[in-house]
Amino acid sequence: MEQSLQDLWYGFGVAFQGHNLMWSFFGVLVGNLIGVLPGMGALSAISILLPLTYTMHPVPAILMLAGIFYGSQYGGAIGAILLNLPSHPPHAVTCLDGFPMTKKGKGGTALGITMICSFFAASVGIIVMIFASPLLTTIAFKFGPAELFSIMLLGLLAGSTMSRGSPLKGVAMTLFGLLCGVVGTDVNTGAFRFAFGIPELSDGLEMVAVAMGLFGIADFLLNVNRMKAITSNTRMRIRDMRPSLAELKEAFWPMVRGTAVGTLFGAMPGTGPTITTFIAYAVEQKVAKDPSKFGTGMIAGVAAPEASAHSKTQVDFIPTMSLGIPGDAVMALLLGALLIQGIQPGPQLISEHPDIFWGLIASFWIGNVILMILNVPLIGVWVKMLQVPYRYLFPSAMFFIAVGVFTTQNSLFQIWEVLVFGIVGALLMVLDFSVAPIMLGFVLGPMMEENFRRALLLSRGDMAIFVQRPISATFVGISAVLLLAVTWGAWRKKSRIAKVQEMVAEETAVAA
Amino acid sequence: MSDPSNKKKTWNKDYYGGALLVIVGASAAYAANSYNLGTLAHMGPGYFPFAIGVLIAICGVLLAATAKKKPSGGEAALVGHQHDIPDFRGASCIILGTILFYFAGEYFGLLPATFCIVFVSALGDRSNSVFQALILTAGMMIVAVVIFWWALQVQMPLFKWGI
Repeated sequence: MEQSLQDLWYGFGVAFQGHNLMWSFFGVLVGNLIGVLPGMGALSAISILLPLTYTMHPVPAILMLAGIFYGSQYGGAIGAILLNLPSHPPHAVTCLDGFPMTKKGKGGTALGITMICSFFAASVGIIVMIFASPLLTTIAFKFGPAELFSIMLLGLLAGSTMSRGSPLKGVAMTLFGLLCGVVGTDVNTGAFRFAFGIPELSDGLEMVAVAMGLFGIADFLLNVNRMKAITSNTRMRIRDMRPSLAELKEAFWPMVRGTAVGTLFGAMPGTGPTITTFIAYAVEQKVAKDPSKFGTGMIAGVAAPEASAHSKTQVDFIPTMSLGIPGDAVMALLLGALLIQGIQPGPQLISEHPDIFWGLIASFWIGNVILMILNVPLIGVWVKMLQVPYRYLFPSAMFFIAVGVFTTQNSLFQIWEVLVFGIVGALLMVLDFSVAPIMLGFVLGPMMEENFRRALLLSRGDMAIFVQRPISATFVGISAVLLLAVTWGAWRKKSRIAKVQEMVAEETAVAA
Repeated sequence: MSDPSNKKKTWNKDYYGGALLVIVGASAAYAANSYNLGTLAHMGPGYFPFAIGVLIAICGVLLAATAKKKPSGGEAALVGHQHDIPDFRGASCIILGTILFYFAGEYFGLLPATFCIVFVSALGDRSNSVFQALILTAGMMIVAVVIFWWALQVQMPLFKWGI
């Protein structure tokens, strides 16, 4: 406990260093901006800015990328509340009650509430992270290859089945990602795999190219000439954003419950943020005295989902940093960014790179404060930004992607990779596949294969090693239960989660 | 959002999706087979990809087999992946612009490459006029020079001729 506080103090020292603070600020600002823009989520923002970090020191690099991540969540809420436009899916729920509030002239209040809830939730998430990560690390040091393989298996299964859409498709996309991770030189034997005689592929596919293709170009291919124009005449004054005492009281318990939901789900590797916000909303409807009022501009309908999204965002960093297992595609990208810097996330990260770990935690707080302060005067600017027409936005982004992907290895060959993944991603999305699990599989693939091979080498080819060792057996067991539960849910046509989703979807359809 | 025509389309899509997975999985397994599979205790380079290929193919079969049972309409709309076939002009301009960026970058340098990708992509949007596309392109060329060439020192000359 005392040790943690000391470490945290040290972390603040790191985060407050001039250039660290500057990059953190830059990340938050860019993330906030990009979060507001429709069709541009944290994923595209991080993949576009990733090449920039190659020449940076790892600490500011990771602080900036993390800032983009949580900054974009604040931004997403702005579009959802003021314009009924969830720029990324977790905010779809916020639209349900946020936009009706705007129509009633309470948009400012909704934003104010969102900010307070987000800050509270993020703080709780950070505290959980401070105490849970070192704990998890001590356990993780006992992990051998079998345990690592099993927990990665669980992470991937959870990631692909609990996020959006059909679980089967999620699993298929994760496997496809694993396959993409195999491309290149086999570490153990030196054999070229799936390189088709192309020397540039001997190092494997470039992560930035894969991410930009899937989350950038694929989106543009699908959305060009398909985006509706956005018009808004919302005006915001700072005074409007201060909620009254009664409103704060109304928001308090939903905020606490939402935070709890988010913390719980953040600790589970692989559960997407969308599910989290939906569950938080559903919980509020369950406990409400009059559930029929939801969708008409209830404060609880804004407070709970936003709080859950933010606590989840922070807690998500726990498995990523302390075990090296990313919970979702954004975390996979951050993990990849660390790997590029030559830093192996995992149990040894906290002891070997305390500046990164504690600096990151401290910067979360600083970043969240910056966001609070920043958002008040900038809301008007963000709303204006929303009116930048898509027809200017995407050609500019195409240029950033092309140059960015070139700088990863100073090679134009990457252009082909990004283009191929853009086209493949668009094709998959047309066929109703979700592309985010590909990223998860792609980043985890090489590590998974490595540990799989090592474990079986140790056991002389006996698969039983995965169930004989207690920790590994537990993960395998949970994976099996998860798989059974999902299959059973699909058998009964609709799992509970699907029911919640459908219920909310109907309301969205009505509201739209 | 949930009109009956969507429903029909959704399960048709799963047949195509399933077929695609089977093709990808089977060809990956086939290719991996030629890399030496090895044994469980001493896995060759082909073992892991072979297993993944087989699993992908199985997913494809399952997807096609369960295609009819899928819920559609509401959930599909919520998932946000109810995408139409891309707009032909827009998509081909984006792809063409990217390809041109490669060749212009390889043979003529950063500025011509910037021109190609921004101008051609911008023309893909039906609401852009040639004049607006040119203005945007000029703006991005300035960004290319100031931010990427001058500040970040991208390893690509502004102009060159040949390889």
